[in-house]
Amino acid sequence: MARKVVITGLGATTPIGGDVPTLWENALKGVSGAATLTDSWVEEFSLPVTFAARASTPASETLSRVEMKRMDPSTQFAVVAAREAWKDSGIEEVDRDKLAVAFATGIGGVWTLLDAWDTLKEKGPRRVLPMTVPMLMPNGPAAAVSLDLGAAGGAHTPVSACASGTEAMHVGLDLIRSGKADVVMVGGAEAAIHPMPIAAFASMQALSKRNDDPARASRPYDVDRDGFVMGEGAGALVLEAEEHALARGARIYAELAGSSVTADAYHITAPDPEGLGATRALKAAMFDGRIQPEDVVHVNAHATSTPVGDKPEYTALRAALGDALDDVWVSATKSQMGHLLGASGAVESVLSTLAVYHRKTPVTINLDNQDPEIPLKVVTGQPAELREGSIVALNNSFGFGGHNAVVAIRSV
Amino acid sequence: MASNEEILAGLAEIVNEETGLDVADVQLDKSFTEDLDIDSISMMTIVVNAEEKFDVKIPDEEVKNLKTVGDAVNFIANA
Repeated sequence: MARKVVITGLGATTPIGGDVPTLWENALKGVSGAATLTDSWVEEFSLPVTFAARASTPASETLSRVEMKRMDPSTQFAVVAAREAWKDSGIEEVDRDKLAVAFATGIGGVWTLLDAWDTLKEKGPRRVLPMTVPMLMPNGPAAAVSLDLGAAGGAHTPVSACASGTEAMHVGLDLIRSGKADVVMVGGAEAAIHPMPIAAFASMQALSKRNDDPARASRPYDVDRDGFVMGEGAGALVLEAEEHALARGARIYAELAGSSVTADAYHITAPDPEGLGATRALKAAMFDGRIQPEDVVHVNAHATSTPVGDKPEYTALRAALGDALDDVWVSATKSQMGHLLGASGAVESVLSTLAVYHRKTPVTINLDNQDPEIPLKVVTGQPAELREGSIVALNNSFGFGGHNAVVAIRSV
Repeated sequence: MASNEEILAGLAEIVNEETGLDVADVQLDKSFTEDLDIDSISMMTIVVNAEEKFDVKIPDEEVKNLKTVGDAVNFIANA
Protein backbone atom coordinates (compact mmCIF):
# COMPACT_ATOMS: atom_id res chain seq x y z
CA MET A 1 0.00 0.00 0.00
CA ALA A 2 1.53 3.29 -1.10
CA ARG A 3 2.08 5.96 1.51
CA LYS A 4 -0.69 8.52 1.78
CA VAL A 5 0.41 12.06 0.97
CA VAL A 6 -1.17 15.11 2.55
CA ILE A 7 -0.95 18.87 2.03
CA THR A 8 0.10 20.75 5.15
CA GLY A 9 1.36 24.14 3.97
CA LEU A 10 0.33 26.69 1.36
CA GLY A 11 2.03 29.77 -0.10
CA ALA A 12 1.37 32.09 -3.00
CA THR A 13 2.18 35.40 -4.54
CA THR A 14 -0.18 36.30 -7.36
CA PRO A 15 -1.84 39.17 -9.23
CA ILE A 16 -4.81 39.00 -6.83
CA GLY A 17 -2.94 38.59 -3.57
CA GLY A 18 0.61 38.55 -2.27
CA ASP A 19 -0.15 35.81 0.24
CA VAL A 20 -2.61 32.94 0.59
CA PRO A 21 -5.19 34.67 2.84
CA THR A 22 -5.47 37.62 0.42
CA LEU A 23 -5.52 35.35 -2.64
CA TRP A 24 -8.30 33.23 -1.14
CA GLU A 25 -10.39 36.22 -0.09
CA ASN A 26 -10.16 37.73 -3.57
CA ALA A 27 -10.69 34.41 -5.36
CA LEU A 28 -14.02 34.04 -3.54
CA LYS A 29 -14.97 37.65 -4.20
CA GLY A 30 -14.06 37.71 -7.89
CA VAL A 31 -11.59 40.44 -8.77
CA SER A 32 -9.33 41.06 -11.74
CA GLY A 33 -5.58 41.39 -11.41
CA ALA A 34 -5.12 42.63 -14.96
CA ALA A 35 -4.20 46.24 -15.75
CA THR A 36 -2.57 48.38 -18.40
CA LEU A 37 1.22 48.12 -18.30
CA THR A 38 2.97 51.41 -17.57
CA ASP A 39 6.45 50.22 -18.57
CA SER A 40 8.23 52.34 -21.18
CA TRP A 41 8.91 49.27 -23.35
CA VAL A 42 5.24 48.89 -24.17
CA GLU A 43 5.40 52.05 -26.27
CA GLU A 44 9.02 51.59 -27.27
CA PHE A 45 8.18 48.38 -29.12
CA SER A 46 4.57 49.27 -29.99
CA LEU A 47 3.48 45.98 -28.42
CA PRO A 48 0.20 44.64 -29.77
CA VAL A 49 -0.83 43.78 -26.20
CA THR A 50 -0.51 46.56 -23.62
CA PHE A 51 -1.74 44.92 -20.42
CA ALA A 52 -1.02 42.00 -18.11
CA ALA A 53 -1.67 40.76 -14.59
CA ARG A 54 1.31 41.72 -12.47
CA ALA A 55 1.97 40.27 -9.03
CA SER A 56 0.06 42.45 -6.57
CA THR A 57 2.92 42.57 -4.05
CA PRO A 58 6.55 43.14 -5.05
CA ALA A 59 8.96 40.41 -3.92
CA SER A 60 11.08 43.16 -2.35
CA GLU A 61 8.54 43.34 0.49
CA THR A 62 9.76 39.90 1.63
CA LEU A 63 13.31 39.62 0.29
CA SER A 64 16.37 41.65 1.18
CA ARG A 65 18.10 43.90 -1.35
CA VAL A 66 20.95 41.42 -1.74
CA GLU A 67 18.55 38.49 -2.21
CA MET A 68 16.70 40.48 -4.88
CA LYS A 69 19.94 41.17 -6.74
CA ARG A 70 21.03 37.54 -6.77
CA MET A 71 17.73 36.10 -7.98
CA ASP A 72 15.86 36.31 -11.25
CA PRO A 73 12.31 37.63 -10.69
CA SER A 74 10.93 34.09 -11.19
CA THR A 75 13.16 32.81 -8.38
CA GLN A 76 12.20 35.75 -6.18
CA PHE A 77 8.52 34.77 -6.48
CA ALA A 78 9.38 31.11 -5.81
CA VAL A 79 11.22 31.91 -2.59
CA VAL A 80 8.45 34.25 -1.39
CA ALA A 81 5.77 31.57 -1.91
CA ALA A 82 7.90 28.74 -0.52
CA ARG A 83 8.69 30.67 2.67
CA GLU A 84 5.00 31.31 3.26
CA ALA A 85 4.15 27.64 2.67
CA TRP A 86 6.94 26.47 4.95
CA LYS A 87 5.87 28.76 7.77
CA ASP A 88 2.25 27.73 7.23
CA SER A 89 3.17 24.05 7.57
CA GLY A 90 4.55 24.63 11.06
CA ILE A 91 7.38 22.17 10.44
CA GLU A 92 10.17 22.87 12.89
CA GLU A 93 12.43 19.87 12.57
CA VAL A 94 12.91 17.68 9.56
CA ASP A 95 15.50 15.21 8.25
CA ARG A 96 17.07 17.37 5.55
CA ASP A 97 17.99 14.31 3.51
CA LYS A 98 14.29 13.41 3.36
CA LEU A 99 13.21 16.94 2.47
CA ALA A 100 13.03 17.46 -1.30
CA VAL A 101 11.97 20.22 -3.68
CA ALA A 102 10.03 20.03 -6.95
CA PHE A 103 9.71 23.60 -8.17
CA ALA A 104 8.66 24.26 -11.72
CA THR A 105 8.85 27.07 -14.18
CA GLY A 106 7.58 27.39 -17.71
CA ILE A 107 10.08 29.83 -19.14
CA GLY A 108 12.74 30.35 -16.48
CA GLY A 109 15.03 33.33 -16.08
CA VAL A 110 13.97 35.26 -19.13
CA TRP A 111 14.59 38.69 -17.58
CA THR A 112 18.13 37.73 -16.58
CA LEU A 113 18.89 36.15 -19.94
CA LEU A 114 17.74 39.10 -21.99
CA ASP A 115 19.21 41.73 -19.66
CA ALA A 116 22.58 39.98 -19.93
CA TRP A 117 22.24 39.91 -23.73
CA ASP A 118 21.58 43.67 -23.72
CA THR A 119 24.61 44.20 -21.47
CA LEU A 120 26.81 42.10 -23.74
CA LYS A 121 25.77 44.14 -26.77
CA GLU A 122 26.06 47.51 -25.06
CA LYS A 123 29.06 47.07 -22.74
CA GLY A 124 30.88 43.91 -23.82
CA PRO A 125 31.55 40.53 -22.21
CA ARG A 126 33.35 41.83 -19.11
CA ARG A 127 30.14 43.44 -17.84
CA VAL A 128 28.12 40.20 -18.07
CA LEU A 129 28.07 39.46 -14.35
CA PRO A 130 29.07 36.08 -12.88
CA MET A 131 25.64 35.53 -11.32
CA THR A 132 24.08 35.49 -14.80
CA VAL A 133 24.17 31.70 -15.25
CA PRO A 134 22.74 30.70 -11.85
CA MET A 135 20.07 33.37 -12.27
CA LEU A 136 18.92 32.39 -15.76
CA MET A 137 18.97 28.60 -15.39
CA PRO A 138 15.47 27.07 -15.27
CA ASN A 139 16.35 25.14 -12.12
CA GLY A 140 17.07 28.49 -10.42
CA PRO A 141 13.78 28.55 -8.46
CA ALA A 142 14.15 24.91 -7.30
CA ALA A 143 17.77 25.47 -6.35
CA ALA A 144 17.05 28.66 -4.43
CA VAL A 145 14.18 27.05 -2.54
CA SER A 146 16.37 24.04 -1.72
CA LEU A 147 19.09 26.36 -0.38
CA ASP A 148 16.59 28.43 1.58
CA LEU A 149 15.05 25.38 3.31
CA GLY A 150 18.20 23.29 3.56
CA ALA A 151 16.41 20.64 1.50
CA ALA A 152 19.06 18.07 0.64
CA GLY A 153 16.81 15.29 -0.63
CA GLY A 154 16.98 16.43 -4.25
CA ALA A 155 15.69 19.50 -6.06
CA HIS A 156 13.70 18.83 -9.22
CA THR A 157 12.51 21.19 -11.95
CA PRO A 158 9.64 19.81 -14.00
CA VAL A 159 9.35 21.87 -17.19
CA SER A 160 6.27 21.31 -19.32
CA ALA A 161 5.21 24.84 -20.29
CA CYS A 162 1.88 25.71 -18.66
CA ALA A 163 1.52 22.24 -17.14
CA SER A 164 4.77 22.62 -15.16
CA GLY A 165 3.29 23.64 -11.81
CA THR A 166 0.87 20.72 -11.75
CA GLU A 167 3.60 18.35 -12.91
CA ALA A 168 5.60 19.46 -9.86
CA MET A 169 2.75 18.15 -7.68
CA HIS A 170 2.95 14.86 -9.58
CA VAL A 171 6.71 14.63 -8.99
CA GLY A 172 6.32 15.45 -5.30
CA LEU A 173 3.66 12.80 -4.85
CA ASP A 174 5.95 10.18 -6.40
CA LEU A 175 8.90 11.21 -4.25
CA ILE A 176 6.94 10.64 -1.05
CA ARG A 177 5.11 7.50 -2.15
CA SER A 178 8.37 5.89 -3.19
CA GLY A 179 9.95 6.68 0.17
CA LYS A 180 12.62 8.93 -1.32
CA ALA A 181 11.30 11.87 0.69
CA ASP A 182 9.04 12.50 3.68
CA VAL A 183 8.37 16.15 2.89
CA VAL A 184 8.49 17.90 -0.48
CA MET A 185 8.15 21.59 -1.20
CA VAL A 186 6.38 21.68 -4.56
CA GLY A 187 5.43 24.68 -6.60
CA GLY A 188 5.80 26.74 -9.71
CA ALA A 189 7.05 30.23 -10.47
CA GLU A 190 6.93 32.53 -13.46
CA ALA A 191 7.99 36.08 -14.21
CA ALA A 192 7.71 36.54 -17.95
CA ILE A 193 5.93 39.87 -18.29
CA HIS A 194 8.72 41.09 -20.53
CA PRO A 195 8.33 42.56 -24.04
CA MET A 196 9.86 39.54 -25.79
CA PRO A 197 7.52 36.84 -24.43
CA ILE A 198 4.58 39.21 -24.86
CA ALA A 199 5.55 39.73 -28.52
CA ALA A 200 6.06 35.98 -28.99
CA PHE A 201 2.77 34.89 -27.39
CA ALA A 202 0.96 37.65 -29.29
CA SER A 203 2.57 36.49 -32.50
CA MET A 204 1.00 33.06 -32.08
CA GLN A 205 -2.37 34.75 -31.44
CA ALA A 206 -2.50 33.30 -27.92
CA LEU A 207 -3.04 36.60 -26.06
CA SER A 208 -6.20 38.64 -25.64
CA LYS A 209 -5.94 41.97 -27.43
CA ARG A 210 -8.66 43.61 -25.38
CA ASN A 211 -6.30 46.52 -24.63
CA ASP A 212 -9.11 48.96 -23.83
CA ASP A 213 -10.56 46.77 -21.06
CA PRO A 214 -7.87 44.65 -19.32
CA ALA A 215 -10.05 43.63 -16.38
CA ARG A 216 -12.55 41.99 -18.72
CA ALA A 217 -10.03 40.46 -21.13
CA SER A 218 -9.61 37.06 -19.46
CA ARG A 219 -13.02 35.45 -20.02
CA PRO A 220 -12.81 31.64 -20.12
CA TYR A 221 -15.87 29.91 -21.65
CA ASP A 222 -17.35 33.22 -22.82
CA VAL A 223 -18.33 33.39 -26.48
CA ASP A 224 -16.23 36.56 -26.84
CA ARG A 225 -12.99 35.13 -25.40
CA ASP A 226 -10.02 36.08 -27.56
CA GLY A 227 -6.93 34.77 -25.76
CA PHE A 228 -5.22 34.58 -22.41
CA VAL A 229 -3.81 37.34 -20.23
CA MET A 230 -0.19 37.09 -19.08
CA GLY A 231 0.15 36.74 -15.32
CA GLU A 232 3.10 36.26 -12.98
CA GLY A 233 3.83 34.94 -9.51
CA ALA A 234 4.27 31.65 -7.73
CA GLY A 235 2.43 29.01 -5.77
CA ALA A 236 3.90 26.56 -3.27
CA LEU A 237 2.58 23.58 -1.33
CA VAL A 238 4.13 21.46 1.38
CA LEU A 239 3.46 17.79 0.64
CA GLU A 240 4.06 15.43 3.50
CA ALA A 241 3.80 11.73 4.18
CA GLU A 242 0.63 11.30 6.23
CA GLU A 243 2.39 9.49 9.09
CA HIS A 244 4.99 12.27 9.23
CA ALA A 245 2.25 14.91 9.47
CA LEU A 246 0.26 12.96 12.08
CA ALA A 247 3.34 12.38 14.20
CA ARG A 248 3.85 16.11 14.62
CA GLY A 249 0.16 16.90 15.01
CA ALA A 250 0.06 18.99 11.84
CA ARG A 251 -2.95 20.80 10.46
CA ILE A 252 -3.83 18.80 7.35
CA TYR A 253 -5.62 20.69 4.58
CA ALA A 254 -6.31 17.76 2.29
CA GLU A 255 -4.89 14.61 0.75
CA LEU A 256 -3.09 14.70 -2.58
CA ALA A 257 -4.87 11.56 -3.65
CA GLY A 258 -3.75 11.06 -7.22
CA SER A 259 -1.95 12.54 -10.18
CA SER A 260 -1.11 11.85 -13.78
CA VAL A 261 0.90 13.28 -16.63
CA THR A 262 0.28 12.40 -20.29
CA ALA A 263 1.31 13.76 -23.66
CA ASP A 264 -1.01 14.39 -26.61
CA ALA A 265 1.61 13.51 -29.24
CA TYR A 266 -0.70 15.39 -31.59
CA HIS A 267 0.64 18.91 -32.32
CA ILE A 268 3.32 21.13 -30.84
CA THR A 269 0.86 23.81 -29.69
CA ALA A 270 -2.73 22.95 -30.67
CA PRO A 271 -4.63 20.79 -28.19
CA ASP A 272 -5.99 17.53 -29.50
CA PRO A 273 -9.53 18.63 -30.53
CA GLU A 274 -10.95 15.42 -29.03
CA GLY A 275 -9.04 16.06 -25.79
CA LEU A 276 -7.78 12.46 -25.84
CA GLY A 277 -4.53 13.17 -23.97
CA ALA A 278 -6.37 15.22 -21.36
CA THR A 279 -8.99 12.48 -20.98
CA ARG A 280 -6.28 9.90 -20.37
CA ALA A 281 -4.67 12.17 -17.81
CA LEU A 282 -7.97 12.71 -15.98
CA LYS A 283 -8.82 9.02 -15.95
CA ALA A 284 -5.33 8.03 -14.84
CA ALA A 285 -5.28 10.56 -12.00
CA MET A 286 -8.67 9.29 -10.82
CA PHE A 287 -7.53 5.67 -11.08
CA ASP A 288 -4.35 6.58 -9.20
CA GLY A 289 -6.42 8.05 -6.36
CA ARG A 290 -9.15 5.36 -6.47
CA ILE A 291 -11.66 8.06 -7.30
CA GLN A 292 -15.10 7.52 -8.82
CA PRO A 293 -16.72 10.23 -10.97
CA GLU A 294 -19.36 10.75 -8.25
CA ASP A 295 -16.62 11.66 -5.73
CA VAL A 296 -15.62 14.71 -7.79
CA VAL A 297 -17.42 17.90 -6.79
CA HIS A 298 -15.11 20.61 -8.11
CA VAL A 299 -12.71 21.21 -10.97
CA ASN A 300 -10.23 24.05 -11.21
CA ALA A 301 -10.07 24.06 -14.99
CA HIS A 302 -7.10 24.98 -17.11
CA ALA A 303 -9.47 27.31 -19.04
CA THR A 304 -7.09 29.97 -20.32
CA SER A 305 -9.68 31.93 -22.32
CA THR A 306 -8.31 31.04 -25.76
CA PRO A 307 -10.83 30.34 -28.50
CA VAL A 308 -9.35 26.89 -29.26
CA GLY A 309 -8.26 25.71 -25.82
CA ASP A 310 -11.34 25.84 -23.61
CA LYS A 311 -13.55 23.40 -25.51
CA PRO A 312 -11.33 20.28 -25.69
CA GLU A 313 -11.00 20.46 -21.91
CA TYR A 314 -14.79 20.22 -21.65
CA THR A 315 -14.75 17.24 -24.02
CA ALA A 316 -12.12 15.56 -21.85
CA LEU A 317 -14.00 16.26 -18.60
CA ARG A 318 -17.17 14.81 -20.11
CA ALA A 319 -15.32 11.71 -21.29
CA ALA A 320 -13.70 11.18 -17.89
CA LEU A 321 -16.64 12.03 -15.61
CA GLY A 322 -19.66 11.19 -17.78
CA ASP A 323 -23.03 12.32 -16.43
CA ALA A 324 -21.43 13.04 -13.05
CA LEU A 325 -19.93 16.17 -14.64
CA ASP A 326 -23.38 17.81 -14.53
CA ASP A 327 -23.06 18.09 -10.74
CA VAL A 328 -19.47 19.35 -10.68
CA TRP A 329 -18.74 23.00 -9.93
CA VAL A 330 -16.10 24.31 -12.32
CA SER A 331 -13.98 27.39 -11.57
CA ALA A 332 -11.83 29.13 -14.16
CA THR A 333 -9.62 31.22 -11.92
CA LYS A 334 -7.48 32.52 -14.79
CA SER A 335 -10.43 34.86 -15.35
CA GLN A 336 -9.21 36.68 -12.25
CA MET A 337 -5.43 36.40 -12.21
CA GLY A 338 -4.58 35.73 -15.81
CA HIS A 339 -2.34 32.88 -16.86
CA LEU A 340 0.68 32.36 -14.62
CA LEU A 341 2.14 29.87 -17.15
CA GLY A 342 4.49 27.52 -15.27
CA ALA A 343 3.18 28.81 -11.93
CA SER A 344 -0.50 28.43 -12.79
CA GLY A 345 -0.83 24.77 -11.83
CA ALA A 346 0.74 25.41 -8.44
CA VAL A 347 -1.40 28.44 -7.62
CA GLU A 348 -4.53 26.64 -8.82
CA SER A 349 -3.59 23.62 -6.69
CA VAL A 350 -3.43 25.98 -3.71
CA LEU A 351 -6.95 27.15 -4.57
CA SER A 352 -8.22 23.59 -5.09
CA THR A 353 -6.78 22.58 -1.72
CA LEU A 354 -8.53 25.47 -0.01
CA ALA A 355 -11.76 24.70 -1.87
CA VAL A 356 -11.75 21.16 -0.47
CA TYR A 357 -10.70 22.37 2.99
CA HIS A 358 -13.27 25.17 3.28
CA ARG A 359 -15.85 23.39 1.06
CA LYS A 360 -16.25 26.51 -0.99
CA THR A 361 -15.05 27.35 -4.51
CA PRO A 362 -13.46 30.37 -6.12
CA VAL A 363 -15.58 32.20 -8.66
CA THR A 364 -15.20 32.79 -12.38
CA ILE A 365 -15.53 36.36 -13.61
CA ASN A 366 -16.34 37.85 -17.01
CA LEU A 367 -18.61 35.00 -18.07
CA ASP A 368 -21.35 37.08 -19.70
CA ASN A 369 -22.41 34.69 -22.45
CA GLN A 370 -21.35 31.11 -21.88
CA ASP A 371 -20.26 29.30 -25.02
CA PRO A 372 -23.16 26.89 -25.73
CA GLU A 373 -20.63 24.28 -26.84
CA ILE A 374 -19.17 24.24 -23.32
CA PRO A 375 -22.15 23.43 -21.06
CA LEU A 376 -20.21 23.24 -17.79
CA LYS A 377 -21.67 24.20 -14.39
CA VAL A 378 -19.43 27.22 -13.95
CA VAL A 379 -19.19 29.03 -10.60
CA THR A 380 -20.06 32.69 -11.20
CA GLY A 381 -21.21 35.47 -8.89
CA GLN A 382 -21.09 33.70 -5.52
CA PRO A 383 -18.77 30.89 -4.40
CA ALA A 384 -20.38 27.46 -4.63
CA GLU A 385 -20.80 25.51 -1.39
CA LEU A 386 -19.42 21.97 -1.58
CA ARG A 387 -21.22 19.09 0.11
CA GLU A 388 -20.24 17.27 3.32
CA GLY A 389 -18.53 13.89 3.31
CA SER A 390 -15.54 12.78 1.30
CA ILE A 391 -15.08 15.07 -1.70
CA VAL A 392 -12.52 15.45 -4.46
CA ALA A 393 -11.36 18.44 -6.49
CA LEU A 394 -9.46 18.02 -9.74
CA ASN A 395 -6.94 20.52 -11.05
CA ASN A 396 -6.11 20.40 -14.76
CA SER A 397 -3.12 22.01 -16.45
CA PHE A 398 -2.11 21.72 -20.08
CA GLY A 399 1.00 23.04 -21.78
CA PHE A 400 2.32 23.79 -25.23
CA GLY A 401 4.02 20.65 -26.40
CA GLY A 402 0.91 18.58 -25.69
CA HIS A 403 1.56 18.20 -21.94
CA ASN A 404 -1.41 17.25 -19.75
CA ALA A 405 -1.13 17.18 -15.97
CA VAL A 406 -3.95 16.44 -13.52
CA VAL A 407 -3.98 16.23 -9.75
CA ALA A 408 -6.79 15.00 -7.52
CA ILE A 409 -7.17 16.55 -4.08
CA ARG A 410 -9.40 14.80 -1.52
CA SER A 411 -10.88 16.07 1.73
CA VAL A 412 -9.61 14.50 4.94
CA MET B 1 42.88 59.93 -10.02
CA ALA B 2 40.83 59.20 -6.94
CA SER B 3 42.52 59.23 -3.53
CA ASN B 4 42.87 56.01 -1.52
CA GLU B 5 40.10 57.23 0.79
CA GLU B 6 37.79 57.77 -2.17
CA ILE B 7 38.64 54.35 -3.60
CA LEU B 8 37.96 52.70 -0.24
CA ALA B 9 34.62 54.48 0.05
CA GLY B 10 33.66 53.52 -3.51
CA LEU B 11 34.72 49.91 -2.97
CA ALA B 12 32.77 49.75 0.29
CA GLU B 13 29.65 50.88 -1.59
CA ILE B 14 30.15 48.16 -4.19
CA VAL B 15 30.66 45.52 -1.49
CA ASN B 16 27.56 46.74 0.33
CA GLU B 17 25.51 46.63 -2.85
CA GLU B 18 26.62 43.05 -3.59
CA THR B 19 26.63 41.51 -0.11
CA GLY B 20 24.62 43.77 2.17
CA LEU B 21 27.66 44.21 4.47
CA ASP B 22 27.79 47.54 6.28
CA VAL B 23 30.14 49.99 4.52
CA ALA B 24 31.85 50.60 7.86
CA ASP B 25 32.93 46.93 7.95
CA VAL B 26 34.86 47.30 4.72
CA GLN B 27 38.28 48.29 6.12
CA LEU B 28 41.73 48.17 4.52
CA ASP B 29 42.97 45.27 6.67
CA LYS B 30 39.90 43.07 6.08
CA SER B 31 40.31 39.88 4.04
CA PHE B 32 37.60 39.45 1.41
CA THR B 33 37.22 35.73 2.06
CA GLU B 34 38.17 35.33 5.74
CA ASP B 35 36.68 38.47 7.27
CA LEU B 36 33.96 39.52 4.86
CA ASP B 37 32.88 35.99 3.80
CA ILE B 38 32.78 36.95 0.14
CA ASP B 39 32.56 33.98 -2.25
CA SER B 40 34.23 33.80 -5.66
CA ILE B 41 31.10 34.79 -7.57
CA SER B 42 30.59 37.87 -5.42
CA MET B 43 34.30 38.70 -5.68
CA MET B 44 34.13 38.65 -9.48
CA THR B 45 30.99 40.79 -9.38
CA ILE B 46 32.79 43.29 -7.14
CA VAL B 47 35.79 43.29 -9.49
CA VAL B 48 33.66 43.92 -12.57
CA ASN B 49 31.73 46.70 -10.83
CA ALA B 50 34.98 48.26 -9.57
CA GLU B 51 36.43 48.23 -13.09
CA GLU B 52 33.44 50.24 -14.30
CA LYS B 53 33.35 52.59 -11.32
CA PHE B 54 37.06 53.44 -11.36
CA ASP B 55 37.61 52.98 -15.09
CA VAL B 56 40.46 50.49 -14.59
CA LYS B 57 41.25 46.97 -15.78
CA ILE B 58 41.73 44.26 -13.17
CA PRO B 59 43.01 41.15 -15.01
CA ASP B 60 41.45 37.83 -13.92
CA GLU B 61 44.87 36.46 -12.90
CA GLU B 62 45.34 39.49 -10.62
CA VAL B 63 42.13 38.88 -8.67
CA LYS B 64 43.63 36.04 -6.56
CA ASN B 65 46.29 38.48 -5.32
CA LEU B 66 43.67 40.88 -3.98
CA LYS B 67 43.38 39.22 -0.58
CA THR B 68 42.47 42.25 1.47
CA VAL B 69 40.47 45.36 0.81
CA GLY B 70 43.77 47.24 1.07
CA ASP B 71 45.25 45.11 -1.75
CA ALA B 72 42.34 46.09 -3.96
CA VAL B 73 42.60 49.78 -3.07
CA ASN B 74 46.34 49.79 -3.84
CA PHE B 75 45.85 47.96 -7.11
CA ILE B 76 43.16 50.39 -8.27
CA ALA B 77 45.19 53.42 -7.13
CA ASN B 78 48.21 52.28 -9.16
CA ALA B 79 46.36 50.91 -12.18
